[in-house]
Amino acid sequence: MNIQQEEKAFSVQELIQQKKSKSKNKLKSEKIVPVILLLTAIVSVLTTIGIVVTLFVETTTFFSHVSIKEFFTAQKWYPFSETQGSYGILPLISGTLKVALIAAVVAVPIGLAVAIFLSEYASDRTRRVIKPILEVLAGVPTIVYGFFALTFVTPVLREMIPSLQIFNALSPGIVIGIMITPMIASLSEDAMSSVPKVMKEGAYALGATKLEVAIKIVIPAAISGIVASIVLAISRAIGETMIVAVAGGSTPNLSFDVTSSIQTMTAYIVQVSQGDAGYGTTIYYSIYAVGFTLFIFTLFMNMLAQFISKRFREEY
Amino acid sequence: MKLINHDQVLKKMSPRKWKNSVFKGLFMLATAFALVVLAILLYRIITQGIGYLDWQFLQSLPSRDPEQAGIKTALIGTIWLMGVVAPVTLILGVGTAIYLEEYASKNKFTSLIQINISNLAGVPSIVFGLLGLTVFVRALTLGTSVLAAGLTMSLLVLPIIIVASQEAIRSVPMELREASFGMGANKWQTIVRVVMPAALPGILTGAILALSRAIGETAPLVVLGLPLFLAFLPQSVFDMFTVLPMQIYNWTSRPQEEFHAVAAGGIIVLLVMLIVMNSIAVLIRNKFQKRY
Repeated sequence: MNIQQEEKAFSVQELIQQKKSKSKNKLKSEKIVPVILLLTAIVSVLTTIGIVVTLFVETTTFFSHVSIKEFFTAQKWYPFSETQGSYGILPLISGTLKVALIAAVVAVPIGLAVAIFLSEYASDRTRRVIKPILEVLAGVPTIVYGFFALTFVTPVLREMIPSLQIFNALSPGIVIGIMITPMIASLSEDAMSSVPKVMKEGAYALGATKLEVAIKIVIPAAISGIVASIVLAISRAIGETMIVAVAGGSTPNLSFDVTSSIQTMTAYIVQVSQGDAGYGTTIYYSIYAVGFTLFIFTLFMNMLAQFISKRFREEY
Repeated sequence: MKLINHDQVLKKMSPRKWKNSVFKGLFMLATAFALVVLAILLYRIITQGIGYLDWQFLQSLPSRDPEQAGIKTALIGTIWLMGVVAPVTLILGVGTAIYLEEYASKNKFTSLIQINISNLAGVPSIVFGLLGLTVFVRALTLGTSVLAAGLTMSLLVLPIIIVASQEAIRSVPMELREASFGMGANKWQTIVRVVMPAALPGILTGAILALSRAIGETAPLVVLGLPLFLAFLPQSVFDMFTVLPMQIYNWTSRPQEEFHAVAAGGIIVLLVMLIVMNSIAVLIRNKFQKRY
């Protein structure tokens, strides 16, 4: 009996040995697979490196045609003139910031109000209906918003403000605001709902109204998430392209006027890409310089959002 | 000694309640506003474009005459684009997610990849267009082909599918993996036969959402130099092509009112495609997602 068992145990070990020698190929795959997976993971790192290198190299070429001083201080962006071309980025930046500011004025109050309503006032059922609808609003392609801005919002605004030009900063600004509202609403709502219930209930027990709980307890506790969501949304507004390309016009100018035609950094890149700016011309390289400026703007905003949400997070 | 002045509390009570109701009304109004805007948007587009929607609209080539214009080239082009983006993002996205969740050790390099992915998600889409223009269109001389555009779009939506897949893989409980190891499976067998089937619904949902983002994007394709007007169909991934958003952009930027209506027709087709894809994603999520 005892001997038999020993024999069996031995045979199992042998089986394992046999299996192991058979599956040597498998063991090899065990070593190769992580390497292949690592390579796929590196693609995303290469993408970032690709973006930075591409923008940097082409921008350097651009600066061999145009001086850095002119790029940052000249008051005019007028690249399509052979003789008196002027490459001052300020008008494009002013157009971009104007649109982003209008968008923020629309989106921040509405987005925060929606977030407070959903997290503090709405019933579970209402929240389950409204949140997906807001997600639809966030998933509408930007070209559709551009179409909406040009064919609906602009004519309506022109009824109210007769001096408004067909292409202006106001209409795309408002529509971008509508586009980023769900982003602020849903990210802020996430931050607000993660405030512990016990804190709210403590305030209710002391006799606070819902509004007082929202303003004095929930918002201060969730402030890092709320501010981060606003910064992220504004960064989206700065990088938004199709709405301003369709409804914003193509007249870069340095002013505070929102009723006349403007041009943003993104819209300029679109304008050049559509025309036949020959490869290797100064205009061709200028889109990389503008793109680089845009990239730095949004990168700064995104890092700011990350910093805020990490640095000022209240842990409960 | 009285700790609470009851008269004072009572006096303040009604303005506090009143303020609460007013603000509740304001918050509801803001929410209603967002919903109404969506309703107006859809209503405007449907009433403008529904007249152009018929079988002929789907089957005609674009034309200078709005009455005869159709979206055949754009629709087929969008399907070609999906044909490139879907496999590329699935392979790269799921591969990255498996690496980060199952293989990567917690070190500086791993967190670098992770931070990089979240930063990549915040890069404006038009910048990806500049990358694609330099790398795919010019350096690899792919021209404005399906392949060049598909690869550019894949890089753009990669963060979406990576993050979704990571969440799906992370939600597979450790016990399942340990049971598999206990039965003598090695790591790769465990991933393929235990983790992947359990994470599949989440991964598919992410993939569909990434794909629907890719077919709605316009800006990077404009930068790549895709033609706004194309009267022939692509035969391979190396051919020139155009997509629905480009066609809509072309029609929208024309001054004639008729073309705006045609654009609205194209938008309806695009929105229907997106709604179908998103419904499938929601269906998969609700039907197959297991909670452990």
